[in-house]
Amino acid sequence: MSLSVHFHGTLGRFELDVAFEAPGRGITALFGPSGCGKTSVLRCAAGLQRLNGRFALDGDVWQEGRTFRPTHKRPIGYVFQEASLFPHLSVRTNLLFGHRRTVGRGVPEHIRLDDVVDLLGLGHLLDRSPEHLSGGERQRVGVGRALLSQPRLLLMDEPLAALDRFSKEEILPYLERLHGVLSVPVLYVSHDIAEVERLADHLVLLRQGRVVAAGPMQELQADPTLPIARMPEAGVTLPAVVAGREDAYGLTLLRLDGGQLLVPGDLGPQGTARRARIAASDVSLARNPPEGSTILNALPARIVAAERQDEVQMMAVVALGEEGRGARMLARVTRKSWDALGLSPGQPVYAQVKGVALVQETM
Amino acid sequence: MSWQPIILTLELAALTTVILLIVGTPLAWWLARSGAWWKEAVATVVALPLVLPPTVLGFYLLMLLGPNGPGGWLASLWGARSMAFTFEGLVIGSVLYSMPFVVQPIRNAFEAFGDRPLEAAATLRASPLDTFFTVAVPLARRGFLTGAVLGFAHTMGEFGVVLMIGGNIPGQTKVLSVAIYDYVETLQWDEAHLLAGGMLVFSFTVILTMMMLEKRIGRGGR
Repeated sequence: MSLSVHFHGTLGRFELDVAFEAPGRGITALFGPSGCGKTSVLRCAAGLQRLNGRFALDGDVWQEGRTFRPTHKRPIGYVFQEASLFPHLSVRTNLLFGHRRTVGRGVPEHIRLDDVVDLLGLGHLLDRSPEHLSGGERQRVGVGRALLSQPRLLLMDEPLAALDRFSKEEILPYLERLHGVLSVPVLYVSHDIAEVERLADHLVLLRQGRVVAAGPMQELQADPTLPIARMPEAGVTLPAVVAGREDAYGLTLLRLDGGQLLVPGDLGPQGTARRARIAASDVSLARNPPEGSTILNALPARIVAAERQDEVQMMAVVALGEEGRGARMLARVTRKSWDALGLSPGQPVYAQVKGVALVQETM
Repeated sequence: MSWQPIILTLELAALTTVILLIVGTPLAWWLARSGAWWKEAVATVVALPLVLPPTVLGFYLLMLLGPNGPGGWLASLWGARSMAFTFEGLVIGSVLYSMPFVVQPIRNAFEAFGDRPLEAAATLRASPLDTFFTVAVPLARRGFLTGAVLGFAHTMGEFGVVLMIGGNIPGQTKVLSVAIYDYVETLQWDEAHLLAGGMLVFSFTVILTMMMLEKRIGRGGR
C-alpha cells in the first residue's frame, strides 16, 4: 500500500470523512453516486481544494496538519471531466505545457512526447487548435498532457462522463492500453460501473462522504452485502488466460482460477490474458451436472455465501472448483428455486454460465 | 496652428495608458479573483469617474496636488511648489480619470475564463506567477486590447479635469481639447475646425480598428 488518503471536513451540507489506502500500481476507482464526495477527494489529493486530513504517496507526505503542498508542487497528472485544454495554445504546446516545466527543469523523463502520441493516437492532431477537436480527441489530448508532466500519481475525474457513447467507446481502448503500460498509480473517479469494471483493479466504494468498502475489485464485486451487488448489472470480472481453441466451432477455451469457459470468437494465441465479465444474472445454479442443455459452460463450484435481495431474488456467491477454492462468481437466482433445490452455503453446485463479456486485454 | 498640443496630447495619452496597464492589471486581477468582502467598494471607487462630473474630480485633484496638499509636499522634495498645473499632475489626473475604462474590461476578461484553466495550469506544475503570464494574460488578451484602446482614446478627449488641474500652459498642459476651446474663444474657427475634425477622424479610426482587431482575436488567432 503506498497511497494513503484521509480527508475529513464539511462539504456544503454534508460531512465528508474518507480514509483508504491504495496500491502503488494499477487503477483504483473511487465509485459512488453523484454527490457522494468522490470528486472532492480527488481535488483534495491534487491540492485544488483543502479539507483537513493527511495525504501521502510512497511515504512522501503532501498534507498533514499544517503541512500543505500547493498543487503546482505536487507531481501529479490531473484529467478533468472536460478536457480543459488551453484554447490559446496548439495541441502540441498543450501537450508540452507540463513537460516543459518538469523535464525542462531536470525531472527525469519517463514518458516522452512520441510515446504519448503513439499511445493515444495524436499524430495527426499536433498542429491543430484544441477548438477544432472532437470531444473524444480533446480528452485524449488532456490525458496525454497530464502524462507528459511526468506524474507520480495520475488523478482522473470522470474523464468519460462528458462524452457521448461513441466518443466513450473511442477513448476506452486507449485508457485500457494505458492501464497496461503505466507504472504510476491512478485514482479514477466514476459513477459508471461498466467503466470501472473495464479499467479498475481496486475499488473504493463511497456513499455520502463515507467509505462503504475498499479493496481489490474482484473481492468487492463478490460481496453480496455491498450495494454494488444490488445493481441490476451486478457481476464479477475475472482474469482469464486463453488455454486453447475449438476451431471447428469457432470457440476459445479460457482458463479461470478454478475452472474453464468456452467463449465464442478468436481471442488470440494461447497465453493471451483477458478479463472476463460474468454478470450475476447470467449465472444459474444446478445441483447435478446438467444434461441435455444448450448451455456450454457448467462449472463445478461451491456456494460460499448467500444474501436475500428482495422478495423474489437471492444473490449467491459461488467459488469455482469442486473444493470451492477458485475465483468467486455471483449468481442471481429466485428464492423459489433456491428453496426448491434446498440450496445453502457449503453445498457443491454447478454454475451454468449463459454469457461472458470480454472486457480487456491486460498485460 | 501649432503642433504642440497634438504632440503633448499623444504623449499624455500614451504615458497614461502604459501606467494604467501596469497599475490596472494587478488591480483587475485582484478584483476578479479576490474573495474580500470589501472588493466591490474598491471597484466602486475605481468606477467613480464614470459618473462624477470631471470638474468634481478635477477639484479634488487640485486640492490633492496643490501647494497645501500631499502633492505639494511631494513637489517640495524636488524644489517645486505644487504638482498642479504641471505635466506630471496631468498624468496623475488622467490615470485616475481613465482608470475604469482600462480596469473594467480587463477584470471582465479575467472573470470570463473562470478557475478551470488556472487549475489545469497548476496541476501541470505552473506556479501562480507562471500561470498568470502564460495562461491568464493570453486568455484575457481581448480585454487588454479593449482596455488599452479605451484608456488611450478617453485620455485624448478629456477636458474638464485638464482645465481644473492643468490649466492652459503651452507645452506643459495645453492639450488638444483645451486648444480647441482656446481657438473657439478667440474666434479662430479654421484652426478649431482642423483640430476638431482631426479628432473626429482619429476617434472613428481608433474604434473601427479596435472592433476589427477584436473580431480577429475572437476567431482564435494564435
